[in-house]
Amino acid sequence: MLDDLDRRILRHLQADPSRPAADLAEAAGTTPAVLSRRLARMTETAVLKGQEAVIDWRALGFSVEVSLRVTLDKTNPRAFDEFIAAAREVPEVLEIQTFLGRVDVRLSVIARDITHYQHIWRERLLTLPHIADIEALMHVARIKSKEGLPV
Amino acid sequence: MIALDSTDHALLRALQQDATQSAGALGRALGLSQPAAWRRIRRLEESGIIARRRVVLDAERLGFGVTVFLGVKLATKGRVSLEDFERAVTAIPEVQTVEHILGLYDYRLRVVARDIADFERVLRRRVMTLPGVGSVEANVLLSEERRPGPL
Repeated sequence: MLDDLDRRILRHLQADPSRPAADLAEAAGTTPAVLSRRLARMTETAVLKGQEAVIDWRALGFSVEVSLRVTLDKTNPRAFDEFIAAAREVPEVLEIQTFLGRVDVRLSVIARDITHYQHIWRERLLTLPHIADIEALMHVARIKSKEGLPV
Repeated sequence: MIALDSTDHALLRALQQDATQSAGALGRALGLSQPAAWRRIRRLEESGIIARRRVVLDAERLGFGVTVFLGVKLATKGRVSLEDFERAVTAIPEVQTVEHILGLYDYRLRVVARDIADFERVLRRRVMTLPGVGSVEANVLLSEERRPGPL
């Protein structure tokens, strides 16, 4: 189980993942040696799974981001698996999430512009298998995006 | 916008998987010298293509068993109410992301909670009391995968 020091370390690490170990230790109120042991233990127990680079797709010229909410034809027992397998083949799909609720699957899709999006929509998305209903929501802005856990 | 070659794409893919890899290790994997790999990573960071790093934590091991996406429609609109809503919603620790979208509703929130009872507490005490909130639709996340994107 995690104690207060572990939680403090995770809070500061989430806020700024690239800060030097000495700074992180000081912010969490411990020594670099203890910090390194705690990080090693949390990595070993798989609480801490690593770090990923987050790409800003706008900076790469992908200015359109759309969230597709899909309802699947559930009379086919393989609908989920086949839909998800096919969605993985579309390079512009960034996220695939499944839900319990009004929506079955959500795809996060990027495109260079509306013309490019229109092309992906017709050629790659509407052709995905077992779609019963699909609706598109256009992203305007990210207000909060750090995705930290309130540890 | 800067032009990227296939080596830059390979670096981005590698850093999306594991952002803690050293320039030396990445260079060896891609046939670059350590300084050449370092310069390329630096350029990707400075141009904003690598926006930041994200610490990956195991939410379930940390006691967060439930993730819910909320679609929020505001009851009253106007610039002031949007700002009030955004300021208040961003301050809720359990709200991980806030996206402003066009379509069925106005905002999508990603909310973590310990369990369904805890989620109900967050929903009733924190979300439903936000300024200007109208209707709220909830979808419970069952599974999620991130894809590398068009690299």
